[in-house]
Amino acid sequence: MEKKYWKGVEELNNSPEFTRLRDNEFFENLPIDEVLQNKASSTSSTSRRDFLKFLGFGVAAASLAACEAPVKKAIPYVVKPEEITYGVPDYYASAFFDGNDYCSVLVKTREGRPIKIEGNELSSVTKGGTNARVQASVLSLYDSARLTTPLSSKKKATWSEVDAAITSKLAQSAASGKKIVILSSTLPSPTTKKIITEFSSKYPTTEHIVYDAVSYYGLLKGNELSFGKSMIPSYRFDNAEVIVSFAADYLATWLSPIEFARQYAITRKLRDGKKNMSRHIQFESTLSLTGSNADNRYKLKPSQLSSAVANLYNKIAAVTGGASVSSSATPQDKAIEKVAQELLNAKGKSLVVSGSNDPNEQVLVNAINHLLGNYNTTINLNQECNLRASNDAAVIELMSKMNAGEVGTIIFWNTNPIYSLPNSKDFQSALAKVGTKVSFSDREDETAQYCDYVAPEHHYLESWNDLEPYKGYYNLVQPTIRPLFNTRQPQESLMKWAAMPQADYYAYLEENWKSNVYALQTGITSGHAFWTQSLRNGVFEVAVTAPSAPAFTGNVQDAASKITKPGTGVELVAYEKTGIANGAHANNPWLQEFPDPISKVCWDNYFAILPSYAAKMGYKQGNVIEVKVGNTSVKGPVLLQPAMADETIAIAVGYGRTKVGKAGNNVGVNAYPLVTIANAAMKYYSAATVSKTIEDDYPLAATQTHHTMMGREIVKETTLSAWLKDAKAGNPEEMIETPYGKKKVEDVDLWASQKNPGFDRPNHSWGLGIDLNACIGCGACVVACNAENNVAVVGKDEVMRSREMHWIRIDRYYSSDVTKENASEKGLGKLDMYGEMEKPAAENPDVVFQPVMCQHCNSAPCETVCPVVATTHSSEGLNMMAYNRCVGTRYCANNCPYKVRRFNWFEYTNNDKFPYTMTDNLGKMVLNPDVVVRSRGVMEKCSMCVQRIQYGKLEAKKAGRRPLDGEINTACAQSCPTNALVFGDYNDPQSEVNKLAVDGRSYHLLAEIKVKPGVFYQTKVRNKEEGKEA
Amino acid sequence: MHKESELRPPLILGDKTWHDITEDVCRPVESKANKWWWLAFSLAVAALLWWIVAVSYTLGTGLGVWGLNKTVGWAWDITNFVWWVGIGHAGTLISAILLLFRQKWRLSINRSAEAMTIFAVICAASFIVTHMGRPWVAYWPIPLPNQFGSLWVNFNSPLVWDVFAISTYFTVSLVFWYTGLIPDFAVIRERATTKWRKRIYTLLSFGWVGSAKNWQRFEEVSLVLAGISTPLVLSVHSVVSMDFATSLVPGWHTTIFPPYFVAGAVFSGFAMVQTLLIIVRKVLGLEDYITIYHIDMMNRVILITGSIVGVAYLTEFFIAWYSGVEYEQYAFINRATGPYWWAYWSMMTCNVITPQLFWSTKLRESVFATFIISIFVNIGMWFERFVIIVTSLHRDYIPSSWTMYHPTWVEAGIFIGSLGLFFTCFLLFARVFPVIAMSELKTIIKSSSEGAKKKHAKTVTQEVNV
Repeated sequence: MEKKYWKGVEELNNSPEFTRLRDNEFFENLPIDEVLQNKASSTSSTSRRDFLKFLGFGVAAASLAACEAPVKKAIPYVVKPEEITYGVPDYYASAFFDGNDYCSVLVKTREGRPIKIEGNELSSVTKGGTNARVQASVLSLYDSARLTTPLSSKKKATWSEVDAAITSKLAQSAASGKKIVILSSTLPSPTTKKIITEFSSKYPTTEHIVYDAVSYYGLLKGNELSFGKSMIPSYRFDNAEVIVSFAADYLATWLSPIEFARQYAITRKLRDGKKNMSRHIQFESTLSLTGSNADNRYKLKPSQLSSAVANLYNKIAAVTGGASVSSSATPQDKAIEKVAQELLNAKGKSLVVSGSNDPNEQVLVNAINHLLGNYNTTINLNQECNLRASNDAAVIELMSKMNAGEVGTIIFWNTNPIYSLPNSKDFQSALAKVGTKVSFSDREDETAQYCDYVAPEHHYLESWNDLEPYKGYYNLVQPTIRPLFNTRQPQESLMKWAAMPQADYYAYLEENWKSNVYALQTGITSGHAFWTQSLRNGVFEVAVTAPSAPAFTGNVQDAASKITKPGTGVELVAYEKTGIANGAHANNPWLQEFPDPISKVCWDNYFAILPSYAAKMGYKQGNVIEVKVGNTSVKGPVLLQPAMADETIAIAVGYGRTKVGKAGNNVGVNAYPLVTIANAAMKYYSAATVSKTIEDDYPLAATQTHHTMMGREIVKETTLSAWLKDAKAGNPEEMIETPYGKKKVEDVDLWASQKNPGFDRPNHSWGLGIDLNACIGCGACVVACNAENNVAVVGKDEVMRSREMHWIRIDRYYSSDVTKENASEKGLGKLDMYGEMEKPAAENPDVVFQPVMCQHCNSAPCETVCPVVATTHSSEGLNMMAYNRCVGTRYCANNCPYKVRRFNWFEYTNNDKFPYTMTDNLGKMVLNPDVVVRSRGVMEKCSMCVQRIQYGKLEAKKAGRRPLDGEINTACAQSCPTNALVFGDYNDPQSEVNKLAVDGRSYHLLAEIKVKPGVFYQTKVRNKEEGKEA
Repeated sequence: MHKESELRPPLILGDKTWHDITEDVCRPVESKANKWWWLAFSLAVAALLWWIVAVSYTLGTGLGVWGLNKTVGWAWDITNFVWWVGIGHAGTLISAILLLFRQKWRLSINRSAEAMTIFAVICAASFIVTHMGRPWVAYWPIPLPNQFGSLWVNFNSPLVWDVFAISTYFTVSLVFWYTGLIPDFAVIRERATTKWRKRIYTLLSFGWVGSAKNWQRFEEVSLVLAGISTPLVLSVHSVVSMDFATSLVPGWHTTIFPPYFVAGAVFSGFAMVQTLLIIVRKVLGLEDYITIYHIDMMNRVILITGSIVGVAYLTEFFIAWYSGVEYEQYAFINRATGPYWWAYWSMMTCNVITPQLFWSTKLRESVFATFIISIFVNIGMWFERFVIIVTSLHRDYIPSSWTMYHPTWVEAGIFIGSLGLFFTCFLLFARVFPVIAMSELKTIIKSSSEGAKKKHAKTVTQEVNV
């Protein structure tokens, strides 16, 4: 029998009471009924309602305590302006001219804020191109160093106070017969000139003197000596088959670089069946951006350049029948002979330009062009260029007048002579003798600090104006934002002071256009319609004036006798850098952090010296030396710059500002004092004496510290003749060694058995083609990308640690003397070979440029290694970053063969250590609201402007069609003055990018590692014989 | 009962009885620390404070306070991580593989070696967290259910494999170590004379009563854990090596890495065990337990693994040449002759040349020589990781991005501080935990101790005489 155990006596007895209780869920009786009848709670002091109150309070208190996020007030429009829609940009046509660069632009505004500058394709001068300085100009609008009110004796004042004071001073000057001098930069604005004329009629002692920091007086004067009129012609590089430049950096800084770069690229591109290229020969002392693009480049000391021009003239004259001149020999005379022959072979289709400020050298250049018959084709004297009007002689004369006490009032307009004049100390003492000093400067700069009154001007994005860069080419400048500060246009100030009847400059401008400019055309029949259309287009162009062969009246013998003769010893030459140029925008952090296209150094200028010469002098990179010209000396660091002329030291002007703002103050040294004045013209080179090393180890911040390609196929290069024979010259198919012999890269695939493994591109497949033959390395794309994608500026210290944040960089490589092919001939083993290949060619290396951004690999190595899937691939071929998901292991950056990923080492926003663009509220206004500002600890990189792609797709969708080719464009491609970058959809068979991709010159960077990039490059082609000098 | 030939050297010297062992092992726990301990502990805590300062500064300011840059994304951080993980390997190898191979000599050293493993893995883990850009989301690489949408981790990424490998390794090592400690804690509990010591060790010993069932389960669990740990010895560093091997960086992308890293890890792990135990046996007076025989045995392991590592270095060079790949060839030429040549040659000297000295029995049995060489190996193995990581990254495919890496005081602080963290933990361990697995050690007293051997020898002699 089975044993039975019981739990207790109750169970054994099994009474009905026990059975009932056992079947209950709870053995004991629960007082549920009592509770529900509120018996228990009536005895408690806490009621159910109290409990709910406590609970509610607790939840509310906890929630409130959790609400720590700062409250930011965004004030919506009460009445929405008709033209502003949230999230939709408005574009306004305008034009940029700062006394240096001219560009017709479109200003992109978002919610009333200008945030990006793009090129205006309606302009036949710049045709949609821009450069780094134009791209960066939008940031200067939000510069916290700008004056917010007028100043009177350095104290804040109101406009009425300042106006009253200045008007009385002007009246006094006029009454006492003393001069009123307006010292301005070149002002190519017809309406502004009209205002100055009216001002002068009110104050008859007024004199308008034009002074540009970097002078083109030599060019103007040279043309006056040659053709009887002080002017600058227009140049047509696109019509030239042979271009010879004597130290004119026309692709970066000379005269109108955006326009010239576009023209130049037309002659260099090998697209759409075009099979010929221009020949470009450069003679220069420094390695300029233009020189680095030349087919042949010859080095001469600065003092030898004029004689080289004279020698070239003699060679040409000998054939064409011109009078010969006496000249001195130069080390490059053999090359000059060949160049002369090339020019003669291309008579009427060639162009010779010189960057010299010596009028006599310019006369010889004009004579050469005249003998070659270029004035009908590549130079147009009838199409006057108004972009430079500096008159050095007048400026020098002004100083003596000031010293003589003849000047009652001086007004500075977009000039800063105390900073930029070589003899600024003399100017300063002369200035003390002027009764009233007024400045229109937007900041209290080096000159404005000595002025009695500062009437700060608007930024150009707040201004009305017009420009006439070339005769018959008109531009309107219109405001794109209400003035941020209590500033006023100089034109309006002059109108006030001259008591002119018009209400403001806008009214005056409109009236002038409706009456005078309107009359230049016949198509539009109402002044209002003409004004509206011009405003919308930004440009108005009268039919081009055809060139005609002028009578050359220059005296070449006289000119040749006056040019500089080759000197001996060390020479110093001052030049302009592509980023900072004349120094007016030295407080623009984008430009300061913009790596110089040649040296790749940012945040500094330096004495560039040829390495072999520096070795002879005992200088190392970063040594501080003192260079003395005349009585002036300047201390600065040494930079070893390959391809410089021997015994030549070059330093960039535009640095060493002291009163420009926190980003630009005391960056580099001021090199203007090293400029000299000779024959009443600025002379940018002189004999110099140099000291021994004063200090060691001045740190220079460079974004690239390794300068050669180490024999790797990174930038592929060929010559025109080789390419004409073989469309794949210099670009052989990349092969991979396998056990079955050599195979094409695309035929070796681990996943070959899988059909289309994850590479479906059902809709779009975006890609970018980069023509290395068209890329001149100017870096407009770098700054455009900064602006478009809210790229942080990190400062010199961080750049020195190789931590710049640029999403696109331009790699610059020098050729080396040792190559893999010639290493064994030179008796070098493998170890020595690599050691030698690290060194750029000793004397005159070839230079190549290569823009590198994220290659958007279709087998992206970064994507597989991210532990948290923060970087992924889109079905449109884009490699994407989810910043919010990134944990910052940096594995992706390590595994990126192109090293394009950038890590946020610090918080770059709201951080006083990085006081550049994202720290104060003013600077933040430039941020693009379509692009996330990245926080500390996340990886970032080029997105191929995914926000632009998305916007373009949505616009097309709204219009019920596919996006058209060219309709969507990345910021880099949009900014390019030479259209070297082409963006498009591989899925669109008609797209430009598709046509380029199948071209024989196209290749993928590092194709052999098979990451299948979405970006491709096209071989660089040089128009020269392999191994031949000319 | 296991019997051993008396010709084998005894594993325990000094005619120890069971009680002697208990006394010797419990003495440091039950007595006050001497001044050497306090001196070492002060130094370790000072370094730990530097670690706290440096880590707090990094976390508060950003990784920019380190010397990393756009080209070199990993340097000291991952060097230290791999170094510490490597050091951790000896513990598991000793306790698991040698257990399976019935190597009784492991019993004197396995406790401290396992402790070393655990502290080394903690140090390694600290580098994983601090090297992240956003350490506050350091848990994201763990596949946790979440509310970020259908967001999961990337199982393709070796870093995720790392997370699994390291966390498994840490967990198993910890459990293994703790299981072994339970009977010893019980001994201390039984001997405790103060109230708090009694309470604490009661808690730690999990109610161990020393019954036959207890011992049977203990043996079984040890064997099972040893079985689990054994593949981990091979897998952890293989996975760590895949962080490099699966990438496409020249100098990283190498199929030889998993075995080469495992050998290197055992190499460095044994060197660190030597460094520590030579100090411990001296300071705690455990020369009778950790004998010259132990040191010799471990030196043999160092010699063999060191030779494997040396062959691996040469193989890498051969393959670089044989592959004909431009980038690979340059990476290795750059290692030996580039700007970081000194790191490469430090590595070669410390890892390839110095361990070869152990072919000499005299040096293998010299405590002083062993200590010096073990330090060399520790340094050499640190440089090995530095060479692999930094010299491969700083010059990879595109020369325009080539650059140099310079460490900052913060990175130095975190590294030195991690040594401080390690030694603080280890010194505390030496004070409050039994540093030798005494209960287990007692099992060999009848077969492998000096006394047993003598007795055995006497018996044998008597038998022969009879």
